[in-house]
Amino acid sequence: MGLLSKKSQQVLKDPLMSNNPIAFQVLGICSALAVTVKMDTAIVMTLAVIFVLAMSNTIISAMRNYIPGRVRIIVMLSVIASLVILTDQVLRAYAYDMSKQLSVFVGLIITNCIVLGRAEAFALQNTPGKAFWDGVGNALGYGIILIAVSFFREILGSGTLMGLQIIPDAFYSAGYENMGLMVLSPGAFIILGLIIWVQRLITKVEEEA
Amino acid sequence: MRSNSYTLGFTALVTIILGIMLSAAATSLKDRQLLNEELDIKKNILASLNITGISGSKANAEEVQQLFTDNIRSFVVDKDGNVIAGLSPDQIDPKTMVEVYPVYEKVLDGATAGFALPISGKGLWSSCYGYLALESDCNTVMGITFYKHGETPGLGGEIEKEWFTANFSGKRIFDDNGDLVSIQVVKGAVNENSADAYHQVDGISGATLTTKGLNIFIKQDLNNYLPFLKQAH
Repeated sequence: MGLLSKKSQQVLKDPLMSNNPIAFQVLGICSALAVTVKMDTAIVMTLAVIFVLAMSNTIISAMRNYIPGRVRIIVMLSVIASLVILTDQVLRAYAYDMSKQLSVFVGLIITNCIVLGRAEAFALQNTPGKAFWDGVGNALGYGIILIAVSFFREILGSGTLMGLQIIPDAFYSAGYENMGLMVLSPGAFIILGLIIWVQRLITKVEEEA
Repeated sequence: MRSNSYTLGFTALVTIILGIMLSAAATSLKDRQLLNEELDIKKNILASLNITGISGSKANAEEVQQLFTDNIRSFVVDKDGNVIAGLSPDQIDPKTMVEVYPVYEKVLDGATAGFALPISGKGLWSSCYGYLALESDCNTVMGITFYKHGETPGLGGEIEKEWFTANFSGKRIFDDNGDLVSIQVVKGAVNENSADAYHQVDGISGATLTTKGLNIFIKQDLNNYLPFLKQAH
């Protein structure tokens, strides 16, 4: 990370652990539940969110001195929505099967609180460079949780990882069965809850009473 | 506080720039997207007819194309079930041609092994598109697929999943008297002891209205093909 100043490093690293958008701020849960049945969808979703969040943060930050305060939310949303539609169009052209699996959830990045939240809370106050790294950091923080959840869900629920069989056939013939619960949304809730618990144990965050 | 005219000008400028960017992206990617959709439809026709040999979703365009030309003979029938000579399904213009119905015939070693018929209609929120394949007896269902719909993922969206579509295989669309009963998706599980079990499949919880739509449009579409099915049988 020699390329980045101390400040940018901080901006990039914070959301990965101590200020993670999903585990600490508990934002963006909807898509975190929906696209984590398999790991490949979680990874593509992560890439999509990295692109949208980094670009929207940079663009909005570059315009921050020109955006009229009264219409800032609308302007931010149109930037975000355009980036999301662009992502969706590209996926449809170059990764059709993936875009079918992700279905509406690519479009729903627009409503992901993390994106608008970072635009309002960070990009409007900071330079484009910093806003870019904040976007990448938050999207990665989101993606790490997504990939972690999908890792457990795919292994436990389907016995595979990235579509490759992980649980040996010998297990199945010995009576092992895939956990159906993990394929359904409640499985994601349980895994996510456990991850949030572990994350808070490590970062020693305590909820204010 | 900025002036009103500044605010108006700014929003207009942003809208124009974003609009140009998006239309440029949409137009330049359109061809590829259409190609993908076409390929996906072919994959669905093949899947409904149980033609395997496609390595999952990774199959490339040429493989699918090859498989399609090797195994499928496509033609169009009119409302009396007669084949319209010289017309292929690709040439149908839905705006000007009515009462023409495409059929995709599975040919195995020169003999008919089944027919895939396009089905479409309203689910709950959206139009659903798919293929229903019948065995050569024109009665037993070989398979069903849905390739396009806008139903809620996890609820109505489950119609495209294999656990649901697999239940259609082996069901029959005609009763013992030769009358069309189509396939009904029931609420909950099918009572295997009932006389109608051959025409019913298990429902999806949370998708009752979607499957109600399915029941209606599958029957309607089969009705359109009735003369053809009687002839082919």
